Amino acid sequence: MHPALLGVITIVIGVSGCVGYFYGANLLLDKVIFPAKGPNMGQNINRREMIRPWIFLFPAMLGLGLYLAYPVFATLRLSFLERGAGDVYTFVGFKNYVQMFAEDKFMEALRNNILWLVVVPAASTAFGLLTAQLTDRLRWGNFAKSVVFMPMAISFVGAAVIFKLIYEARPEDVAQIGVLNHLYLTFGGDAPQQWLTIPFWNNFFLMAVLIWIQTGFAMVILSAALRGIPEETIEAAVIDGANPFQIFFKIKVPQIMSTIVVVWTTITIATLKVFDIVFAMTNGQWETQVLANYMYTKMFVARDWGMGSASAMIIMLLVMPILVWNVYNARKEMR
Amino acid sequence: MDSLAGKKPAVVWALNISVLALVLLWLFPTMGLFVSSFRTSEQITSSGWWASLFPAEQTLQLRALDPDDFRIETSAGVFVVEGNINEPDADLLEITTWGTSSRAPSAFAAGETSDLGDGETMTLSEDGSYIWQGNDDQISGRGQRLFVVATVPPEFTTDNYKNILFSPTNSENMAKAFFNTLTVVIPSTIIPILIAAFAAYALAWMDFPGRALLVAAVVGLLVVPLQLALIPLLQLHNAIGIGKGYLGVWMAHTGFGLPLAIYLLRNYMVGLPRDIIENARVDGATEFQIFTKIILPLSFPALASFAIFQFLWTWNDLLVALVFLIDSSGNTTVMTKQIVELLGTRGGDWEVLATSAFISIAVPLAVFFMMQRYLVRGLLAGSVK
Repeated sequence: MHPALLGVITIVIGVSGCVGYFYGANLLLDKVIFPAKGPNMGQNINRREMIRPWIFLFPAMLGLGLYLAYPVFATLRLSFLERGAGDVYTFVGFKNYVQMFAEDKFMEALRNNILWLVVVPAASTAFGLLTAQLTDRLRWGNFAKSVVFMPMAISFVGAAVIFKLIYEARPEDVAQIGVLNHLYLTFGGDAPQQWLTIPFWNNFFLMAVLIWIQTGFAMVILSAALRGIPEETIEAAVIDGANPFQIFFKIKVPQIMSTIVVVWTTITIATLKVFDIVFAMTNGQWETQVLANYMYTKMFVARDWGMGSASAMIIMLLVMPILVWNVYNARKEMR
Repeated sequence: MDSLAGKKPAVVWALNISVLALVLLWLFPTMGLFVSSFRTSEQITSSGWWASLFPAEQTLQLRALDPDDFRIETSAGVFVVEGNINEPDADLLEITTWGTSSRAPSAFAAGETSDLGDGETMTLSEDGSYIWQGNDDQISGRGQRLFVVATVPPEFTTDNYKNILFSPTNSENMAKAFFNTLTVVIPSTIIPILIAAFAAYALAWMDFPGRALLVAAVVGLLVVPLQLALIPLLQLHNAIGIGKGYLGVWMAHTGFGLPLAIYLLRNYMVGLPRDIIENARVDGATEFQIFTKIILPLSFPALASFAIFQFLWTWNDLLVALVFLIDSSGNTTVMTKQIVELLGTRGGDWEVLATSAFISIAVPLAVFFMMQRYLVRGLLAGSVK
């Protein structure tokens, strides 16, 4: 069957299945199981209102449970197992973890990931805050924001191609088509550089891609937060003779601190999961490995599911503090 | 800032200029890809894309016509090849200087005659016509090499797009991948919205024990890296017989999209006025009617926000497609995967790469510019407060 046709059929089945389920289950509940008539009418109405939320929730809970909650535990289990011949799994305790930590490539991935986590959220948030502040009262500010926001729509893979063109190196005697080498040679560099193959610094050339994408996100959120600052506080500072820098750092930034933290943590999570950029641009060569790509390599290239799962658990472990913090805040807000 | 603007013109200028610099910096990378996709491979490799926007002085290497076919004996022992270097291609080059060796491409001005030794001469005029004259021996073999410094007007072509999208012989498969991507994206966007909307309504407006716990669970699942889900779910899909394919990728995208969908929609629905819902309840509307007739239409902005998110994310996704969709047959490949493949196999063919990449980012960019309002609204609601 043609996949497009299959797609249409899936949409029809999926949508009508969902609607049918919700409509049918409600009908069944109202008319058949607990009808609002007869001797137990009052009790029936109470009971069915107790059950109805679960009808509404059931498909979502099934999806969440099966596709997000269950895998966390299944991956945890897999990380303690080793797949032997004939798909026989044996429990090996922490062997996968021990083996992993002894591997140079893993330590490199961990080091690089930490570098990413330090640089990308900080740079994106800083650029975002700068752009938000500069465009705040500008007449063409909305246009400027649109441009900075635009990379959000571009895939990591597309961005990888875009930046590969920037980093492109040609032999010395022909024209440089990568802008970085063009600038490098114009400003006195001696020979064109293969930027992505220079260990340690190439990490920053990869990070530039993510910063370019995430700055727009930070800018949008922080721009809204800046707009939300009460005018009086700024006016008071102006009257007291504060200069623009003092107003920005001592009046504005403290008031939007909680938003800055939210932006920071959100970008941190995105950074932790970065896969496509490294996969497409260097595939972890030249000491640019990161955890997500290391995991992918272990799982689907080396087919070592135990170590792959163990490295996935490391990513989970790094996300954990943010997860706990988010849940804590959400609960506090609901009370 | 009022305190800044209107006070000192210098500050306003500095502000405008620094924002302009930022905008250009952010636009520059994408522009490079966009411009390159309209250039031929020779153009791309001969100069940087930024130079192509202006008429440029370029050094071109050309060859006179093959003497064996085109030479004419004008008088005894004197052979001449006449032609025009603009002849094969219609574009008119305006020649400034030229030469016959790569060391000195600017040795002569247009119209001058170069002495190639032993009476062999070459004359090249401004319009590109040349006269190459010499004896039998000299005017033979291959055509004389000419190095020409000429002013070339900016020139763009849509041939790259024609080749990649419509040429039946191409090996890039971008047209097929485009439709495959579309096939992945549409069900993956619509189905989670429906499922999540019902759940969000229950979490926002129905009272039942465990509600707070469920909301907290959704917030927690929001940040669970999907890397963890790959192996267990692939095992699950294999066990229930779905294997790798569209059904699997639709289900995976639905599952991974649910936390954000529920979270966004619930946050929005909680903010709807309580009166409307309670009045409807008093008037005897069932929960199902309240949901479909009141909540869903009112929640349109939030539904649109999530739809855009999910669309962008599924369209741009690589990892989920790699794991759950693309099998060894390669028939179900998506655009992101195709581009990664091209990066590996055709790494230097920038006309192919740039065009393919731009085809894949054009659709999300269009959606982005049309629906930016909803995207911003969704972002503001979606970042955990």
